[in-house]
Amino acid sequence: MRQSILSNNESPLIACEHVSCTYGNSPVLHDVYLNINRREFVGIVGPSGSGKTTLLKAIIGSQPVAHGSITVQPELTIGYVPQIETVDWYFPVTVEEVIVMTRSKTQWWPRITTKERTAVREVLEKLGIADVAHRHIRELSGGQQQRVFLARAMFCQPDILVLDEPTAGVDVRTRHEILHLLADLHADGLTILLTTHDLNGLAAHLPRLVCFNKTILADGSPREVLTSKVLEATYGAPMEVLEHGGMPIVIDHGRVAMRGEGK
Amino acid sequence: MILALDIFEPYGFQFFRNGLVVATIAGALCGLLGVFVILRGMSYIGHGLSHAVFGGAAASAVMKVNYFLGAGIWGIVSGLLIARVARRRVIGADAAIGVVTTASFALGLALMNRYGQASKSIEAVLFGSVLGVKVVDIYAVSLVALLGLAVVVLGYRKLLFSTFDRDVAQVSNVRVSLVEAVLLAMISLTILVTMRVIGTLLISALLVIPAASARMTTNSFSRMLWISPIIGAVTCFVGMNLSYHLDTSASATIILLDAFVFVVVYAIAGTRNRAKMASLGHL
Ligand SMILES: Nc1ncnc2c1ncn2[C@@H]1O[C@H](COP(=O)(O)OP(=O)(O)OP(=O)(O)O)[C@@H](O)[C@H]1O
Ligand SMILES: [Mg+2]
Repeated sequence: MRQSILSNNESPLIACEHVSCTYGNSPVLHDVYLNINRREFVGIVGPSGSGKTTLLKAIIGSQPVAHGSITVQPELTIGYVPQIETVDWYFPVTVEEVIVMTRSKTQWWPRITTKERTAVREVLEKLGIADVAHRHIRELSGGQQQRVFLARAMFCQPDILVLDEPTAGVDVRTRHEILHLLADLHADGLTILLTTHDLNGLAAHLPRLVCFNKTILADGSPREVLTSKVLEATYGAPMEVLEHGGMPIVIDHGRVAMRGEGK
Repeated sequence: MILALDIFEPYGFQFFRNGLVVATIAGALCGLLGVFVILRGMSYIGHGLSHAVFGGAAASAVMKVNYFLGAGIWGIVSGLLIARVARRRVIGADAAIGVVTTASFALGLALMNRYGQASKSIEAVLFGSVLGVKVVDIYAVSLVALLGLAVVVLGYRKLLFSTFDRDVAQVSNVRVSLVEAVLLAMISLTILVTMRVIGTLLISALLVIPAASARMTTNSFSRMLWISPIIGAVTCFVGMNLSYHLDTSASATIILLDAFVFVVVYAIAGTRNRAKMASLGHL
């Protein structure tokens, strides 16, 4: 197991120990040990069906854990951005309504207050989509959809952002923008945990990368983790790793492993 | 002049006035809760619950217990039971609900066969009967309607959040299971106070059709919460009157009218808005 990068004496924000999860009788996660420390920026990569979403859901507490334990620091506010395919885009809500929803614990009055309206505007402006506030959620592009749910997560001023495939279904430019946005948020002091299928476009740029397939197969910097040996163990297919300008580049022969790209 | 007299003719009957009030309030109530039923894909649960309440109604008739007490407890218990079964996302939850509710329905039928006054009362329970409506029904349906309104207004945000995104609502400390239990209890109560007019078999239609029509007219959740009860109330009111003049069953007339409204809205809405129906694909 990898030691935390920050040698602080603070306990991790999230500590998964010996975690396994099952759907019915089929095991989905197996013996997962993962610590997320404050101010870290961690990416999880792994093939489709490897249990990435399940792991995130276990961390946010919506998926029961069969064995082991997940310790979350008390009073920790988690902002969760779900995998975009799992959202019901036909649901009758506007962007503003989606974002204000997160205030439902402290506010009960149905109408959106002027104060909330201003706060929504601020968040949307920060993410560069101020003009979509009154649109129905179906009337958005893939990149805007991603940002709306990022805005919702940001709205409750979280300590940690948990994002499930934040660059799925967007073009190269939008992917860049989202990556920069997340980097800025990280620089502002936010802890970030995300999953991705995009090895070269996203994962290789992160400070810490976890290769995952039902359990953790490697955990470290992209240079340490992105090796053909680790990738073959993760994806079950041979992959070549080249180097370009000090960055690892994954070449995958034949199979398309990077679902998030150009979809 | 004669025509005008004709229109007001049924209003001379106490039973009709009572039935009209109950049906109109029930229509609004079903329209309101129906919004959650269709957006949560719970139409099957509504259908099942009405059958379960039927068992309770029959049992309380046989045991000479007050209808609201007997069928009410029965309905709420089966509602909570269904909530439990449905939460355990095991394959076959649908089947489990089917077993609970149809068994309850069959038990009701058997009890009425054995102890009831033959087929007339069965028909009244299955298809509803305006003649059976008493003043106490007006109180009951008004009370439940006020309660329903209070739940929707006070719990608006939590209801919306947990309907749209259960997982994230849970993470945001909304007590999703409590919200769902309250909603199911409200639907059980609604069925309970609506059943005598509309009947077991057609209640689920009243929960689904006005809300589905409302969905096609708007993309806004809050507006849907207005439009759907209005459609429900108006169709119930007009349907009751029509049924008197056409000498047809009140519940059948109401549901046919609802279906008619749906078809008209569907035709007017055009293809773009029809896409909204895609979210209701489970109906
Ligand atoms: N609700 C569910 N019931 C039963 N099995 C499920 C459920 N959700 C996921 N699974 C199964 O659990 C496994 C892991 O799913 P998960 O969604 O966590 O994978 P993932 O790594 O996020 O995949 P993707 O990259 O496609 O999003 C898969 O085999 C999937 O079929
Ligand atoms: Mg996933």
